[in-house]
Amino acid sequence: MIPGPFAYHRPASLQDAVGLLSELGEDARPLAGGHSLIPMMKLRLASPAHLIDLAGIAGLKGLREDGGEIVIGATTTQQELVTSDLVAGKLPILRETSLTIADPQVRYLGTLGGNVANGDPGNDMPAVMLALDATYEIAGKSGTRRLAARAFYQSAYVTALAPGEILTAVRIKVPPAGHGYAYEKLKRKVGDYATAAAAVVLTIGGGKVASCAIGLTNLAETPLYAEEASRIIAGSALDDATVRKAVAAAEAITAPASDGRGPAHYRTKMAGVMLARALARAKARAA
Amino acid sequence: MAKTQIALTVNGRREEALVEPRTLLVHFLREQLNLTGAHIGCDTSHCGACTVDLDGKSVKSCTVFAVQANGAEIRTIEGMANPDGTLHALQEGFREMHGLQCGFCTPGMIMRAHRLLQENPSPTEEEIRFGIAGNLCRCTGYQNIVKAIQYAAARLAGTPFQEAAE
Ligand SMILES: Cc1cc2nc3c(=O)[nH]c(=O)nc-3n(C[C@H](O)[C@H](O)[C@H](O)COP(=O)(O)OP(=O)(O)OC[C@H]3O[C@@H](n4cnc5c(N)ncnc54)[C@H](O)[C@@H]3O)c2cc1C
Ligand code: FES
Ligand code: FES
Repeated sequence: MIPGPFAYHRPASLQDAVGLLSELGEDARPLAGGHSLIPMMKLRLASPAHLIDLAGIAGLKGLREDGGEIVIGATTTQQELVTSDLVAGKLPILRETSLTIADPQVRYLGTLGGNVANGDPGNDMPAVMLALDATYEIAGKSGTRRLAARAFYQSAYVTALAPGEILTAVRIKVPPAGHGYAYEKLKRKVGDYATAAAAVVLTIGGGKVASCAIGLTNLAETPLYAEEASRIIAGSALDDATVRKAVAAAEAITAPASDGRGPAHYRTKMAGVMLARALARAKARAA
Repeated sequence: MAKTQIALTVNGRREEALVEPRTLLVHFLREQLNLTGAHIGCDTSHCGACTVDLDGKSVKSCTVFAVQANGAEIRTIEGMANPDGTLHALQEGFREMHGLQCGFCTPGMIMRAHRLLQENPSPTEEEIRFGIAGNLCRCTGYQNIVKAIQYAAARLAGTPFQEAAE
């Protein structure tokens, strides 16, 4: 399968990339790891006339700690998230999630920015970003802006990114030391997108949940922030009755497709199972 | 569509070529450089038969444009044998342990295993299986592929290979 023809650009600066994107308009697309875009181009589901490769822009790479936040450049790869000591120490849910994505070859090239900007409800990182209440940094012709991940996803492949904008970094407030976390993903085989998956980040103090945030993957047109379920868990002792209530609240907001991964009803139930498991694992990990 | 000039190193040899931007790396290697070791199995980024090493990463060359590899250092199965022509420890391992039947997946398996052993010279069986999760084999059932990689790991470490009891 051979993609349609396109012109290739490899700008060395963000300014040049943004300039090219706005000049070339709707016919141009950023290229990051290419592991969502190139398969779509090979199937001719996408045929951009111009690709703006972000790989030459040094400023989009790498991770750093900035005050109480971790800032991850958009072209940081999933493999780099797996091997980063900073991630392992302070944001271990990103490592756990990366390891559920595809296979080693895909993780060497697939980027965090591409995963969260793609807008495919099957991508795993967006739900984690919702649970972590991450902020996206976005650059466009008229300057830069910041937007909460929770305000970013509109429908399948439709996000708050305007044509010509580039997602440059993800900022995440470092969760308190001793927080509990888990990403539970049901998939049919290695390399598969989720049948259902749940991300949980919580803190526990004095036997009670002090804070809790839940994200869900591939259960609707967009990743879901399970706000009510999160609220039900917060303040509880994570007893069985409360978990059942939260599971019901989470299931209620799902609207999955019936497809090769199973009928909608099954996937909704699996969302509940993934959430219950993620809560149990997060609880066991919380100090 | 206008062609783009690229320069890269493949198996230690500098190559310069004109490519269409849409040319996939696997087509460039197979058709322009006549390096047919990287196979096209699925053409949908799943099977890993097209795996090559690119700047220290295992990549599926059916999902990379040749222009993205401009300036890169690439190694393919053709660059694995020792300079004196003897087999690399991984190649030897696949032969000794019967790590292949039809052989279609083997170049990708070996290139992936090569990078895995660079990063983790003495992997556990579980780490090997997780490490080759992006490479599919329709013939062997993987058992002997795992053994072949264990054989190569021992060989490269200079220790005798102990086959685990079944
Ligand atoms: C076999 C296989 C299995 C996979 N399984 C999973 C899985 O289980 N879970 C999962 O989450 N993903 C999976 N993926 C997708 C993979 O993680 C992709 O790498 C990821 O979705 C996109 O990242 P990328 O860097 O490759 O982006 P690209 O493919 O380069 O880009 C994707 C889209 O985002 C846009 N884009 C990229 N970067 C930016 C940016 N910085 N700013 C604005 N727009 C941008 C592009 O224009 C394009 O529209 C799989 C891929 C393959 C091939
Ligand atoms: S041919 Fe590239 S992954 Fe199958
Ligand atoms: S030996 Fe035939 S596909 Fe692996």
